[in-house]
Amino acid sequence: MEPFKSVSSIVTPLDKVNVDTDQIVPKQFLKLVQKSGFGKFLFFNWRFDENENKKSDFILNDPKYKNSQILVTGDNFGCGSSREHAVSALLDYGFSVIIAPSFADIFLSNCFKNGILPITLDQQLVEKLQQENGAINVDLENQIIKTPSEEISFGIDSYKKKILLEGLDDIAQTFQYEDKILEFEKESKLPSVL
Amino acid sequence: MNITEKILARGAGKSSVSPDDVVFANVDKVMIHDVSGPGVIKVFDKLKKQGISIDKLWDPTKVWVAEDHFVPSAEKVSAENIVKLSNFTKNYGIEKHFKYGMGQYGICHTISHEEAMVLPGEVYVGGDSHTNTTGALGAFACGLGHTDIAYVLLNGKIWFKVPETYYFKLNGKLPDHVMAKDLILKIIGEIGTDGGAYQTMQFGGSGVDEMSVESRLTLCNMTTEAGAKNGIVEPDQKVVDYLTQRGTTDMNLIKGDDDAEYAKVFEFESSEMEPTVAKPFSPENTTVVREAPSVELDKSYIGSCTGAKYEDLVAAASVLKGRKVKIRTEILPAAISIYQRAMENGLLKIFLDAGVTVGPPTCGACCGAHMGVLAKDEICISTTNRNFPGRMGHVESQTYLSSPLVAAASAITGKITDPRDL
Repeated sequence: MEPFKSVSSIVTPLDKVNVDTDQIVPKQFLKLVQKSGFGKFLFFNWRFDENENKKSDFILNDPKYKNSQILVTGDNFGCGSSREHAVSALLDYGFSVIIAPSFADIFLSNCFKNGILPITLDQQLVEKLQQENGAINVDLENQIIKTPSEEISFGIDSYKKKILLEGLDDIAQTFQYEDKILEFEKESKLPSVL
Repeated sequence: MNITEKILARGAGKSSVSPDDVVFANVDKVMIHDVSGPGVIKVFDKLKKQGISIDKLWDPTKVWVAEDHFVPSAEKVSAENIVKLSNFTKNYGIEKHFKYGMGQYGICHTISHEEAMVLPGEVYVGGDSHTNTTGALGAFACGLGHTDIAYVLLNGKIWFKVPETYYFKLNGKLPDHVMAKDLILKIIGEIGTDGGAYQTMQFGGSGVDEMSVESRLTLCNMTTEAGAKNGIVEPDQKVVDYLTQRGTTDMNLIKGDDDAEYAKVFEFESSEMEPTVAKPFSPENTTVVREAPSVELDKSYIGSCTGAKYEDLVAAASVLKGRKVKIRTEILPAAISIYQRAMENGLLKIFLDAGVTVGPPTCGACCGAHMGVLAKDEICISTTNRNFPGRMGHVESQTYLSSPLVAAASAITGKITDPRDL
């Protein structure tokens, strides 16, 4: 996993709620297991018509958003199937930050396993960001989103922040500390709240 | 503590846990299938390159494997995934691999209860979002992505944030012609597809007491469509009998304390429910069948972990008996054991006499993979659990979600039909 520091780009506003993982990566691509190259399947049925020509009315096909790395979208993003391919596709396409009022549970967890920063913000702020035309900066270290006109702070679990900042693989990271974790679990009278 | 908290506390070796605690819990059972399995193999390859030992699983006896999404293989990539899965189970000494073409196999969630793979009180995770299904047996059951599953396979444990619990009190026995599917669609219609996000959805009350274990499985299966972390029902004698019939007697029945706390309590008058459908393109887009749009259906599909258990087939047969279908109708029993009972008890004859095609167990067209997917503009009534755009085939096809009774009644008329109106 690549370390995540800060990202500057324009935002892609995807003004939809309940975007499910069937829309993010349709079923016909699930049998493929490579982690790279899934970007071409991202939002496949929204981006392409049945002859695989680009649909001009879908936002990702607007050249303006070609290099955008920040997707700003609606409630319950990533609901439905647990397919981790959805996260692979977003990342491979170029998105490293997703901002929404809420995320589906398994999708949210899958983001951190693959180096995408999901940010949960109030509906009002999300709508404001969707209107933003200029580039914005997402600074994970300081937990701040800078737009040309303001600074918005966001919350993130400190452990997940560390994983993203250091590009640590979640599994490998935990394995390094297995002895300590077991010791802690055994000795500590405090509830474990990592 | 309520049942979910007690199970997670047991799994984490703690005397008590509360919502929002993060616990490191031992996992009792884990499941992978032919989509999440190849994903796990990929993660293992990556770990190996990083110098992490992947020589052994934490406990191969606690792992089981299903072939369901892409069997029978329609093309070579799916076939190769099955080979990969077979090599994986062989290499790691996993004995419980339910293989297509070798006796019992079927949809993973159906196998979980048909084969008593998961028991009350257990912590069970699966590489599939509908893992929630199995909470109907009184287990903590939830889906994970394949990276998390890979971790569990090696380590036997995983972090959980203890969810808050929404308690759904269901009052009274469901009326005739109304099934658990109608009830859960009604609930999702009320609370929305994110109405249970991060929450436990627990079902109780006289409506649940009266219900069969299979009906409870339908309720818990669909909690995924409300975004729930898990669905659960406290185990009772019906669960004990159900599992005993499947050869299991050693069970740890965990139930909530009398003073268990719930973040919210919802009450539904289950005795007053009506046949209900979810219109395209969301499970929350519900209406009672008698007010559903009058559309010309192209197909009726009775299949999936939600809608092709034995009880579901019995319901469909009660409508189809002595009648003929007017539209293309497929019935795919969710496991071979169900297929066999359907044969022994004469259901298959009823289906075939009605003109239905009976297919092999598979996720098939439910996930739009193969086996009867929809063409552009086709409209299907289906006992499955999702109707997102393109879910069952072409992105401009449409799916109405329903109970097996409604799907069978609609197969007879070619329109969305209340079974009471036949």
